[in-house]
Formats: sequence, C-alpha cells, structure tokens
Amino acid sequence: MSVSTPKERRIILKHADDPNYSNRIGCYLREGGYGNLKKAFSMQPEEVGEEVLKSGVRGRGGAGFPAGMKWKFLDRKSGKPIYLICNADESEPGTFKDRQIMYKDPHQLIEGMMITAFAIGAKQAFIYIRAEFHEGARILERAISEAKKAGFCGNKILDSEYSCDLVVHRGAGAYICGEETGLIESLEGKRPNPRIKPPYFPAVLGLYQCPTIVNNVETLCNVRHIIEMGGEEFSKIGKPNNTGTRIWCVSGQVMKPGYYEFECGSLTLGQLIFDICGGLRPGRSLKAVIPGGSSAKVLRADERFSGTLKDGTEFDWGLEDIPLDFDGPMAAGSMSGSGGIIVMDDTVDIVEAMANVNAFYAHESCGQCTPCREGSLWMRKISQRMCSGGAREEDADLLLSVAKQIEGRTICAFGEAAAWPTQSFVTKFKDDFIRKATDSPKERDPKSLQLI
Amino acid sequence: MDNSINLSDDTLSKIDEVVPKYPEKRSAALMVIHLVQDELGAVDDASCEWIARRLELQPINIKELITFYPMLREKPWGRKHVRVCRTLPCALRGSYGTCKTFEKKLGVKEGHVSEDGEYSLEFMECLADCGQGPVVIVDEKTYENIDGKTAEKFADLLIDGKLDESDDFNSYEDSLTQGTKN
Repeated sequence: MSVSTPKERRIILKHADDPNYSNRIGCYLREGGYGNLKKAFSMQPEEVGEEVLKSGVRGRGGAGFPAGMKWKFLDRKSGKPIYLICNADESEPGTFKDRQIMYKDPHQLIEGMMITAFAIGAKQAFIYIRAEFHEGARILERAISEAKKAGFCGNKILDSEYSCDLVVHRGAGAYICGEETGLIESLEGKRPNPRIKPPYFPAVLGLYQCPTIVNNVETLCNVRHIIEMGGEEFSKIGKPNNTGTRIWCVSGQVMKPGYYEFECGSLTLGQLIFDICGGLRPGRSLKAVIPGGSSAKVLRADERFSGTLKDGTEFDWGLEDIPLDFDGPMAAGSMSGSGGIIVMDDTVDIVEAMANVNAFYAHESCGQCTPCREGSLWMRKISQRMCSGGAREEDADLLLSVAKQIEGRTICAFGEAAAWPTQSFVTKFKDDFIRKATDSPKERDPKSLQLI
Repeated sequence: MDNSINLSDDTLSKIDEVVPKYPEKRSAALMVIHLVQDELGAVDDASCEWIARRLELQPINIKELITFYPMLREKPWGRKHVRVCRTLPCALRGSYGTCKTFEKKLGVKEGHVSEDGEYSLEFMECLADCGQGPVVIVDEKTYENIDGKTAEKFADLLIDGKLDESDDFNSYEDSLTQGTKN
C-alpha cells in the first residue's frame, strides 16, 4: 500500500463487521444508541433542521442534493399532514451499502429516522425496502418493535407529546421504485409510474398529495451523527461541499471488492482500486470504470480529464487521480451517484458490457414515457444483435441517435439513466464498436466472460 | 369477511394487522399481495378479487400490480426457487456461467418451472450484493460468490436437500452476528 493512502473512517459502518455487535437493541444501547434522539428532543425541531443544513450533508441516494435544503422546501403552510419516507429500495446496479446498514445496524437507521421525523414534524414514517431483502424487512420489523417498547418510536416518544409510527413497506422487485415519485405511487398501492415535477415535488405534493420527505438510508443515518457532533463539526469531515464520509461499493474485477467508508475526498479512484481493493487480477490491466452505479457515465482507463473546479482550481486528471467525493467524478463528466464503483479489466468485451446494462434498463423501464419505453428496448435489441454476430459499422451511430432521443424527453431521470451508459460507452470506445462489426473473432477469448 | 381463497388463520390475522397501519387502505395492497402470495405461491384472478374486496378496490387495481412488479406472480414458481443475478457486476464475475450450471443441474430453463414442479430458476436483475457476486438467492436466503464451477457443488447439495447443513455455503443472512450477544 502506498504511503499516502488514507485509512477508512467508519462512522456509519462503525459496528457493521464487529463480531461482538448484533442487530439487536441491546448492542445499540450499549454503544450509546438513542442518546442522540434524546438530545434532539431537547432541541426545537427547527434547530435540528438548522444543524442538518449547517452540516452540508448531501443525499446519498444518487442525486447528491443537500438534505437540509430538501427539508427546507417542505410546505408547512398547507396544514396537511407531513410524511417521512426512507428510500431503502437500493437497486442501482453496483450499490450494496444500505443492505449492510439495515441488516447489521438497523437501530442506527431508526434513530436517524425518528430524529428526522421530529425535525420535520412528520405524522407517520415509512421504510420502503426492496422485496429481495426478505430478512432485512424482518430485521427492521423486529428492531422497530424493540424501539417501540423502549419508547423511542411510536406513541409519545420519550414521554413527549410527539408520536410517530414507523412502518416497513416492501416493494416487489421494480427498479423504478427507487425514483422518489415512483416510490410514492408504489406506496399508495399503484403502479410506480413517476410523477412530473413540477408540480409534484414530494416536499409539496408527495404521499397522498401531502408534503413528504424522501431520504436515502445512509442520509438518514448521517442525521444521527450530525446531531451527535453538531452540524458545524460534521461539516469539517471531508471537504467543503462534500461533507461527511461516503460508503464506496466496489464490484467487478478487483481482487478485494466490497464496501469501504472514507471521508469524502480523502482518496482517489486509483487508491481505492489499486491499494484498498488490492488491484486487478495478475496480468490484467484496467479498461474502464463506472463510478456511481450503472447509470453513471463510464470512464475509460486512459482518458484525461481537465477543466476548472467550482472553487476555481484547475485540474488535469487521469482516471486514477479522480478524487472520490461528489464533485470529483462530476468534474470528470460522470457522477458519484449512489457510490457503486464497477471495475472492468482488459478481458472485458466492452460492447457486451454495454449490452448487459442496456438489458437492465430495458427490463426496468416503467413504460410510461414513449421515448424511454421504446428507446431502451431498441438499445437492448441493437446491442444484443451486435453481440450475436450481427454487428454493423453504423450501429454505433444508430445507438447514439436512439440514446439522444431519450435523454431529456421523459418524466423522470430514468431516461437519462438509460441513455448515459450507451452514450458514454459508444463515444469513448468507438473503436471497439467498429471492430465488433469489421473484425470480430468467431470464438470467444476464454478469459473474457460472457456478459449478455 | 369471506375466505373464499382459503387462507390460513395466520395469514388472515397478518392481513388484519397490516391494513390499519396505512392512512389509506389501498396503500396496503403490496403488503397484502405479498402475504397472499407467500401462502398460495401466486395471486390468481380469484385472489385478485378477494384482495380487492378486502381493500375496497376493483380487481383491476390488484391485477395491474401483479402484472407490473417482477416479483409478483400469476402462477407459482417451483417448490424451491433459485434466483441468479444477471446484472453487470455479477456478470463480470461469471453469473452467466452460474445460470447455465443451474439450468443443467436442475433440469430447468431460466424463467421456467421444472416439469415436476420441484425447481424454478430466474435470471434476474441486480440483487444489491454486487461486491460478492455472483449472487444466488434460494427461496429467501442469499449466497455469495457462486460462479459457474462453485454452482455445481451448490446445486448438488440443493438437490440432496443438504444445503442448509453444509459448512461450504453459509448464507448472508446466517452469517450475520446473531442476536444472542445483545
């Protein structure tokens, strides 16, 4: 390991892999759990919101919007009940951090949620968890009932006048339920077709057309730590505009894939891949990295990224130099998204990799908007044909033209999520796409895994 | 309330418990569907009608959910249901090989149920455990790092009914620190 590589700083995952720590309330209380709920209840709800605003914490679900600001948008004048929803649908390919929190330390999420519920004055709170997490839902149910018995949740929390019930709601395998307005439709018992913004900003017209806050699991856990440290102290972790830690989920072709929590901006993509994750398999070299879940634009190993950061500093990075925070991958033309980093080595057939991603988005499009429904299907069909011996030189441009007709023409950001992989794969690896048509070997290289 | 679809008392009482948790009955639809499907294996037309009556909705309001969500079923899977993750991170670690091994060993094509109804196999989208792929879920338990080769032994144990007692394959759920240490 090189000298400068920083160590993990585990705040959210502090107890995740501790053999002496279970997901029961006893362990959580032993480690000072629910002390911050008490602290929050000694404050005014607005003060709690102020601390979160001061902390600068940005949403960990993908968009990276400041959580305190989101809470500020809440329509409090309407007189309608306010709802809090935890987005635990974790479904962006490459992401597996919320799973660790919910299975291993569920009370941390419950405490963060009850502090948040108190701060925004929520009447009721929900955890929308993906249905594949069978045991996760049971763990949360049990943890909630433990918390209720101890007075941390439900009726008259901590003997105060404030009550808020917390309900675990299971999805049923649809990626689109991770989109917050799709999630709300699903929670209302409907098909999860996303709603158009404006006017349906959840903070104004959310669940049952009432003001609603939807936050990711990791974001809500951060609230607990913000109250513990104070917003000001929390904001000193990481970098300005990129505060706190982030859990990076590394998958694909590295020696030690897994989840790693670091202060924002404390290490580079190269350090994560080559030092922390043990690099690639012997004899392999890096081909491409998707830095923020499969919808993020792919980065090519030999690309150069240059420009000027928001604070005015100029940068000129190779892929390995990209700082891991919110702004770094963004400056490199992609995004840190949900923190899912997918690594591909030189054995990967890049056209197949794109075809795999396209098959995902074609399967998961909700079908509400024509450009996305039809476009994602055509991108799948074209890329699958390319991989089964029918590639043509003009396919690269055809794919780009389909992707371009989806982007910006749909109700929700799924359109972009489906278009960006194709746009970036084709543009950055055009040679591979042309070669598929002109010079594709009959036999698969035995080292190259089938991806479609 | 009628019980024309013959649900057990346990399921009926769970349904009675879950419905009032929501401000509006319709919100309970997915949870009620899950409970019915967990017992009956699928939600057929009669079940749709029963759920709709229970939630004061029209049958189409339930049917449209069953036909949309990938995990809801109009016909049951096999008695043992195997899910293999297809999406990129797992594919980069060999999940296409995993799926092929299961097809061969269990004698069933992905997306189908074996003739005797014993096994079904689903090659499905991201299961959110990408760091330890290929990921396989058998019924409700998640197994990690099951590549095509490992899947041979895994499938043998599954067929012999010895997967649970095997030390070679510990599920993600069973590897969690258990609650005794609180």
